[in-house]
Amino acid sequence: MFIIGERINGMFKSVAEAIQKKDKKVIRDLALKQVNAGANALDLNVGPAVAEPLEAMIWLIETVQEVAKVTLSIDTTKPEVMEAGLKICQNQAIINSISAVKEKMDTLIPLAKKYNSLIIGLTLDEKGIPQTVEGRTELACTILTRLIDEEISPENLYLDPLILPVNVAQDQCPLVLETIKQIKLLSDPPPKTLLGLSNVSQKTLDRSLVNRTYAVMSLAYGLDGAILDPLDEELMKAVITAELLLNKFIYCDSYLEAYRKK
Amino acid sequence: MEKVLEKWTSKINEMVIGATKEEGGTRSKKVHIGGETTLPFLHFEGEIPYPPVVALEVWDIPPEEWSFISEDLKEVVNDPLLWAKKVEEWGADLLCFRLASAHPEKDDTSPEKCAEKVKKILETVKLPLIILGCGQPDKDGEILLKVSEVAKGENCLLGMAAKDNYKTVVAAATYGGHSIIAETPLDINLEKQLNILITDLGFLAERIIAHPTTGGLGYGFEYCYSIMERTRIAGLQGDKMMAIPIINLVAQETWKHKEAKVNENEAPQWGVLNKRAIAWETTCAVGYLQSGADILVLAHPQSLINVKKAISELMIKT
Repeated sequence: MFIIGERINGMFKSVAEAIQKKDKKVIRDLALKQVNAGANALDLNVGPAVAEPLEAMIWLIETVQEVAKVTLSIDTTKPEVMEAGLKICQNQAIINSISAVKEKMDTLIPLAKKYNSLIIGLTLDEKGIPQTVEGRTELACTILTRLIDEEISPENLYLDPLILPVNVAQDQCPLVLETIKQIKLLSDPPPKTLLGLSNVSQKTLDRSLVNRTYAVMSLAYGLDGAILDPLDEELMKAVITAELLLNKFIYCDSYLEAYRKK
Repeated sequence: MEKVLEKWTSKINEMVIGATKEEGGTRSKKVHIGGETTLPFLHFEGEIPYPPVVALEVWDIPPEEWSFISEDLKEVVNDPLLWAKKVEEWGADLLCFRLASAHPEKDDTSPEKCAEKVKKILETVKLPLIILGCGQPDKDGEILLKVSEVAKGENCLLGMAAKDNYKTVVAAATYGGHSIIAETPLDINLEKQLNILITDLGFLAERIIAHPTTGGLGYGFEYCYSIMERTRIAGLQGDKMMAIPIINLVAQETWKHKEAKVNENEAPQWGVLNKRAIAWETTCAVGYLQSGADILVLAHPQSLINVKKAISELMIKT
């Protein structure tokens, strides 16, 4: 699974403080720890409270790039912050995110093209998140066809059917699984799918258990990537084992270790 | 019409065997293997930078259990140095020297004596060497420690490193700067596990070649073939512990079987032994080429000619 580490996010108090105080060590440690734990990419989000989001994003990217040569996911709703970030990323970056909102696509797709970025596409439009499998799949299709029209390779796209917290919208949990399956039928080769996994467990008592259980279920439905906490060891073990059981790689007694050597 | 091509994300490790004067050794050439970015001979899908290579066996005692070889090569089998010279003359890419006498049930030759034998071979021929013990894991560990020392700097391939002796063999190879053959029973999971254990010791995956056990033609060939194929596919898909070259000991699995022993008087329906036995070794080897063999170890010089010809034809890009 393509794993995007979620820990460098201004929603976390320690990260918000580090951004404010320009404390590089905190950010670097978090970057390295996540990469060593198996993250293929790192999500960067300056958080809602920061005064100068553009400056903060540039600082985050530069700080991380000083220690880790890894794909960066620029997590912002502000187009100017997005472009400033994409401009200084040394590797192919991820636009996190676009949606089926026309204005979003009009602004961000040209950036994806210009910087050859990967894109996370949320199944969401002006009316919000559809409450049905068909509704979400339709929006996935809207994003996919728009990219194809703009001659962007569908391989650069991760479609996110948006999982909601189990204690807010429990009925959506199975529905998102089914959506993953439906999205995979949209084209050949199938589009890739991704979830912001931790959202499913917001405000639950045992977040780790809910996260890893849903991760395993989503993988069985064909999930390709997730934004998650790679420092959650039990979650990582469950993800690796699920992929093993899906015959994604060859078993051996030390398969967990072997996976990390990949 | 658009060509439908497989896209692989990874490549098989490259390995060099043998060190020339430039690298501090005394071999006349180096042999490169590995580096494939596609399945065997699919030149239109990826790179096959080096053709598979062929080694011929030389034993330190006559290979009595290989009656055909003992008879057909009777001029040389009693004299390992003469045998080695012939192997070089016949055009083998590598020489595979087998210290068969060291087996506790044979002469139980001491590790020191084994090392002397290797030293003489190194002085007599200039081909890169594969050095095999006697097949008894503990004894092989002891032998290889000594052998590694006399062959230091020659960048040989030492075997076998198995579940029960890999630590010693890795220590030996590390000391002398050699690569190793990791041998497992016919089981892809055990193959991967052994590679992990070996690399956990700090030994580079790039210095390992796998021997997933060679099933002889008619004696498990297809099991080995499919394990090699799965290994290669996993390696090309990015599994680092599977992205290693493969060696097949074809002679070992040919000459002990009845098809390569029984003559035409005893089994007239099988045809002339001479022709049949060589065809048996050749066919087995050529089969393994198709499942990803990087080194084939044979015994008969005519099989060498046949297999080299097959390789050169398969390496032509169409």
